Amino acid sequence: MLGLIAPTAAASAFDLLAWSPPGWGATLVAGLWNTILIAFGAYGLGLLIGTLGAFGKLYGGPITKDLLGVYTTLVRAVPELVLILILYYLVTDAVNQILVFNGYERIQLSGVAAGIAVLGIVQGAYSTEVLRGAIQSVPAGQIEAARAMGMPPLLLARRVTLPLMTAAAVPGLANLWLTCTKDTALLAVVGFIELTKATSLAAATTKSFLIFYLAAGVLYLILSLLSGVVFGRIERWARRGQRPMAGGGM
Amino acid sequence: MAVLAVAIVLWCAVKLNWSWLPDYLPLIPLAIWRTIWLTVLSMSFGMMLAIPLGLAQAAGPWYLSTPARIYCSIIRGTPLLLQLWLLYYGLGSLFPQFPWIRESWMWPILRQAWPYALLALTLSVAGYEGEVMRGAFKGVPGGQLEAARAMGMPRSKSFFRIWLPQALHRALPTIGGETVLQMKSTPLVATITVVDIYSLSKRVTQDTFIVYEPLLLLAVVYMIMAGLLVLFFRWLESRVPSRTA
Repeated sequence: MLGLIAPTAAASAFDLLAWSPPGWGATLVAGLWNTILIAFGAYGLGLLIGTLGAFGKLYGGPITKDLLGVYTTLVRAVPELVLILILYYLVTDAVNQILVFNGYERIQLSGVAAGIAVLGIVQGAYSTEVLRGAIQSVPAGQIEAARAMGMPPLLLARRVTLPLMTAAAVPGLANLWLTCTKDTALLAVVGFIELTKATSLAAATTKSFLIFYLAAGVLYLILSLLSGVVFGRIERWARRGQRPMAGGGM
Repeated sequence: MAVLAVAIVLWCAVKLNWSWLPDYLPLIPLAIWRTIWLTVLSMSFGMMLAIPLGLAQAAGPWYLSTPARIYCSIIRGTPLLLQLWLLYYGLGSLFPQFPWIRESWMWPILRQAWPYALLALTLSVAGYEGEVMRGAFKGVPGGQLEAARAMGMPRSKSFFRIWLPQALHRALPTIGGETVLQMKSTPLVATITVVDIYSLSKRVTQDTFIVYEPLLLLAVVYMIMAGLLVLFFRWLESRVPSRTA
């Protein structure tokens, strides 16, 4: 089947994916850049929410724990697409209401900012759970020893809990990063031009759907393979100084 | 938590605009049914593909394990939305070029959107579960297989009686979680015009300009379905006796 279209496709594939305007290469790369930008922003925001959420879930009062429980359960039980739609409307509405309340004009929230906020809130719930598990894997004696030495909670988190939990958290966080890059594709549904939406625009205009979708697939694949390499390095760095599991353990 | 949940539900029921609900009520069961059969069928077909994929990666020769591994990384490395659009728009735009496809009995089926939706979801399940099954097959203790061989079982019998059941038992909790994830990715099929419960809520928004209420109801429906799935898998796991040391 591919053999039949190959002669026409091979001649035009390079023209279609060329960098300058008749080709769509620049559009796809701009989309990829947006995807990476949003993925980074959302992942960072998610990590921030996740760190606070994990500490809150473990050490917070009953009300904090309850609220965080509702947040993580709700977000993880509802499809990402539905959440993104709800949050997209909610975030743009909320920002405008705050602006109007304070006497400013209504604004159209930029796609990148809205995307980061929306995906960040979704990612936050998942990373809360990952980080909570990682914090629980820190031997209790270490934390008690630090408390006994009179460390204040923030210093304890910075010097003891966070460094010790990193190794346990990295595999889960690597998975979350991959989910995050793939979830940016869902923003195409609300009309934001990231890689998938740019691809569908290019494909719909030129009517050569297969070439563009395959090209975008290759770009996503490169992104995920590169991330795999980077996270492999990070995990080795985080596990430095740990004894290998074989040989009797601790 | 319970108090908060009840408070939220009460606030939603009283404060928000539910007047559109009676008009669309008859359409809801059919739409939910679409979501359910997409999940169930894609999970079943996907698992049938995933078992050979996992086996090839766990114990196959290199000419089987390498393609299986490449397939799994491609599926796991690209967004499902892209795969869906690639199949629907890409393949869908190829088929009409061939007269023999248009004249064959398959054309009335291939012209619709749901075969592409089901195919994309199935292939995605196969990719993710293939990886899960690889771990599960490797996790079965070698002694079990050696014992089966020592009893004189042929290879196919020892696979179906010993290896596969124990691997599935090991993978069951993971498969349960993946089924919930799969159910949560079904609304993507609405982007290629399959009418499931998600696209019904989009239709309500388009018809009535009511934004939040249909989405909230949708979220509740998905939460109930996710809860039922979790309960079902818990029941399934309890049916299989397992000895924990």
